[in-house]
Amino acid sequence: MSALYSLLTVLVLILLAYFGVASAHLGVLFGTVIPFAAIAVFLAGLAYRVVKWANTPVPFRIPSTCGQQKSLPWIKQGRLESPSTALGVLGRMALEVLLFRSLFRNTKAELRDGPRLVYGENKWLWLGALAFHWTFLVIFLRHLRFFMEPVPRLVNLLADVDGFFQVGAPVLYVTDLVILAALLYLLFRRLRDPQIRYISLFTDYFALFLLLGLAGSGVLMRYFTRADIVAIKELAIGLVTFSPVIPKEVGPLFFVHLFLLCVLLAYFPFSKLMHAPGVFLSPTRNLANNNRMKRHVNPWDYPVKVHTYAEWEEEFHDKIKAAGLPLDRE
Amino acid sequence: MRDRGLIFTGLVLFLGLITFPVWYNLASGTSSKPPELKLPTAEKQCVAPTETMRMSHMEMLITWRDQVVRQNDRTYVAADGKRYDMSLTNTCLKCHDNKAEFCDKCHDYAGVKPYCWDCHIDPKLVQRSKG
Repeated sequence: MSALYSLLTVLVLILLAYFGVASAHLGVLFGTVIPFAAIAVFLAGLAYRVVKWANTPVPFRIPSTCGQQKSLPWIKQGRLESPSTALGVLGRMALEVLLFRSLFRNTKAELRDGPRLVYGENKWLWLGALAFHWTFLVIFLRHLRFFMEPVPRLVNLLADVDGFFQVGAPVLYVTDLVILAALLYLLFRRLRDPQIRYISLFTDYFALFLLLGLAGSGVLMRYFTRADIVAIKELAIGLVTFSPVIPKEVGPLFFVHLFLLCVLLAYFPFSKLMHAPGVFLSPTRNLANNNRMKRHVNPWDYPVKVHTYAEWEEEFHDKIKAAGLPLDRE
Repeated sequence: MRDRGLIFTGLVLFLGLITFPVWYNLASGTSSKPPELKLPTAEKQCVAPTETMRMSHMEMLITWRDQVVRQNDRTYVAADGKRYDMSLTNTCLKCHDNKAEFCDKCHDYAGVKPYCWDCHIDPKLVQRSKG
């Protein structure tokens, strides 16, 4: 049901933008007001949440690792799994951020005849996530050609590599195919398995449908319905130079694309998409496991009123003596 | 705690990077003005309406290429019944004779690098090398 609701929500958003521009002529609203508002919400919301995280105390190391911590010299340390130095932490973080190492450890559990519970590898989620995130990055960087004038050489180079196979005109970008395949797989994965479907929430599907809508509308514009990209660049440059223009050649489908992006941006800081900045702040990943080498003192420890054994013995000195029990002080 | 400095550095770095186009355009003094094309003066009518040409000329060119190279069919019948020779060099470039002032203007602006010129040549370049 939650999958259906989120699909409906995204469809309503698409229709809203399409007919908002095509019938109600709200080009200024969808092309200027909403983008500025969405970017402001995104930047302020993201900064707010990261600052809030930064102010959350993490006084101690949490060595939830799956590797041997640094110990005696003849015991081999898992340098990446349980790093004790900043360099090792950098390596672990790089692997996590760039290659999603923790997803690589994803397993599946199955109940077989017996009954017997068996565990196996499950690398498809990792592969799908890797394909989606990296192509999304490439597509994001490719879009800079609409926001920068003159177009930087690196952006052109990226587009060249992406369109390497020179299929058709405009040239087919490989990332467009990969991102759609990856998103469809990630959606399919949630729908196929009853267990995953059971734990999937509205937000899980909403992000996927939103991204599918975003990628789909882009693909539709580039390869099928066509869009006037010079006019679109005019609009985009107008936004980033704070002198907004709405050229009349820009079609309603573009506003659908832009509106879905705006929804994604505005939704970002309040959703699970915050895992993007969050991955950098995972205490189990970004803190070296050096508990046995360094003493970490809780900085907000307040002076606790204690009653030591010596004081206790002093207080009950006579009674202890009368009972014939040994005393430390004598 | 004592990582706060590091986190804020990262946050500022991210905000700087994500708003990079703003600074870049500010530095290069970009305005939202689209490129101005030098339109041909000799001929007033193209093979298709301006709207179609603006958005779908690449589709037409690749269809022409396939028709000519693979089917040896060189005649294009326009919507108004007029016949044209399917040729980039002899038809398109006859009127739009200035690649730098016509093709490149929008292509550079939008960051599009068509591979027409892997085989075809800019007639202006030939003339220059002759003269």
